[in-house]
Amino acid sequence: MLRFLIRRVLSATLVLFAISVLTFLMFFALPRDPVTSMCPKNCNPARLERVRAELGLSDPLYQQYAGYMKGIVLGRDLNSAEGGHCAAPCLGYSYINSEPVSRTIARVLPVTLSIVIPAAVLWLALGVGLGMVSALRRGSVLDRLAIGFSLTGASLQIYFVGAVLLLVFTYTLHLVPVPHYTSITQNPADWASGLVLAWVTLAFLFSAIYARLSRAQMLETLSEDFIRTARSKGLPKFRVYGQHALRAAITPIVTIAGMDIGGALGGTVVTETTFGIQGLGRTTWDAVREGDLPTLMATVLIAAVFIVVANIVVDIVYAFIDPRVRLG
Amino acid sequence: MSLSPVEDIALSEFSPGTVAEPAAPGSGFVGRSPGQLAWARLRRDRVAMVSGGVLVFFFLVALAAPLIQWAYGTDPQQQFQDSLDLYGMPLGYAGGVTGSHWFGLEPSLGRDIFIRMVYGLRTSLFIALAAGVITTVIGVLAGVLAGYAGGWLDAVIGWVTDFALAMPFLIVALALVPTVSLRFYGPREAVPSSFRVAVLITVFALFGWTSAARLVRGQVVSLREREFIEAARASGVSTAHMLFRQVLPNIWAPILVSFSLAVPSYVTGEAVLSFLGVGIVDPTPDFGAMIFRSIHYLQTDPTYVFFPGVTIFILVLAFNLFGDAVRDALDPRSNR
Repeated sequence: MLRFLIRRVLSATLVLFAISVLTFLMFFALPRDPVTSMCPKNCNPARLERVRAELGLSDPLYQQYAGYMKGIVLGRDLNSAEGGHCAAPCLGYSYINSEPVSRTIARVLPVTLSIVIPAAVLWLALGVGLGMVSALRRGSVLDRLAIGFSLTGASLQIYFVGAVLLLVFTYTLHLVPVPHYTSITQNPADWASGLVLAWVTLAFLFSAIYARLSRAQMLETLSEDFIRTARSKGLPKFRVYGQHALRAAITPIVTIAGMDIGGALGGTVVTETTFGIQGLGRTTWDAVREGDLPTLMATVLIAAVFIVVANIVVDIVYAFIDPRVRLG
Repeated sequence: MSLSPVEDIALSEFSPGTVAEPAAPGSGFVGRSPGQLAWARLRRDRVAMVSGGVLVFFFLVALAAPLIQWAYGTDPQQQFQDSLDLYGMPLGYAGGVTGSHWFGLEPSLGRDIFIRMVYGLRTSLFIALAAGVITTVIGVLAGVLAGYAGGWLDAVIGWVTDFALAMPFLIVALALVPTVSLRFYGPREAVPSSFRVAVLITVFALFGWTSAARLVRGQVVSLREREFIEAARASGVSTAHMLFRQVLPNIWAPILVSFSLAVPSYVTGEAVLSFLGVGIVDPTPDFGAMIFRSIHYLQTDPTYVFFPGVTIFILVLAFNLFGDAVRDALDPRSNR
């Protein structure tokens, strides 16, 4: 187990290294002049020159990259204009937001976590539950409804569903307040009511995919010999379906769920934009529109880290679900 | 219900007893290729026929956009300011739906929504099809090479595939598109829409080829050990002949399925990027950009979000249903 973990983490580090180099090149080598997009509107040539010097943009690229990476691991000293010393996970300084990028991230990350985690719980429970029930009652009215639901959900768009939900529940029925974020520690009820539309939207669209997938997996598993054996030796139904079948059927779903949740944690850009909630995704979007390269670089890196970590978690979970998987 | 000979054959596929019997003289049994059988199965599938019909309709509308504009008598950029009230909202009911403006008018600019959607369909389908073709071609080439050659080439392609899958697509695309534009155009220069289209297709091609490559590689690896490949190798055919005449014809079915399911994902991908403002931008008509604008008028003019939203839903649904039907027709054993 430990050996497997070490090897997995090493290869993940390699992937992350490659992504960081690529992202760095994308932002600092690809644009004609990174500074023009980094300086707020109406900025004078003198200030432009200063920014260029402060960021060390005339240094060779590998030096700039090394400086950036050193900042993440050890922290680095930035100019006084950039708030002096930048502590350990230093992701640079945003001239647009006038604060270190790590501070921005620390502020918006909990928002995205609050959107994604409850939504993921909802969509997994709803999707896998629906898929299982419709596989067990194959051909019934319920099964047909579930198929219709998953086909509809898989073809709908987050922004459209979000807009319709907003229109119906917020603007017309006034059941739900305008989406906003309050910290869960401050006011849990307000936290939930402010984000419930985002949860429902994500859960609806994602559970459609999961319902379809888990139905197909379940049907395949149910036709296998070990299920017949379990049934014929007289095990109660819920143990056969709930333990034997589910365990075998759920492995591919774990993979997809890991990818989806990892991807969503990196920023639910469309959801946050539709509902106007300032999370990681919305921050990325703002950074794109304002040409805020340091923030953008950080958000892309964080999104990649989430995906890579999610993949490792999936591999570990696999070993627990499926004893045939050998680690190491 | 009488069945045509073709349908008869297709049905007999499912009951092996009848097909094994020698054909009675005059019963019309003819040898049919797997492609013909799949086509016959597709023809019998009602869902496939309806969704296929919807797709054909959308393609015709997109192709005939200038013709429709001529018949409809409205330009996509034309502004009907006198049909708006003082606040820039369309006069009349349901966002200004009238006989001359079938889907109403845009708030504030007063452009006709119907004709903009017709042209938006053109943009969307062109980008999705181009991206689908390019990613499939690259993916098939990479997959065949990796699967057939094996060795270090396989390892490199496999690693690149894993790497591309580890990239957060939406976030990277969001960041990459404006950066690429900055490379070629200054921050205050206007970026022509043809360039934007090209960048979008490139971004899709960069990330999209990996899934096709993975699929094809898996198929090729299992084909490589088959006897007919060995026979071809023994008879000394060239590598190109081996790949394109022996291997590829045997895997076109999964390739077709992956292509037909990739296109709708590019339709939605393009709409999402345009929704976020990095894809196609105003004044070029586009679904994503349209829906983004309409979100601001959600309370005052809900029909504005309704028409493009429902249209893109129907388009993607038809693509998905048709893709599933193609899969069923090509692989009758699959159960969904």
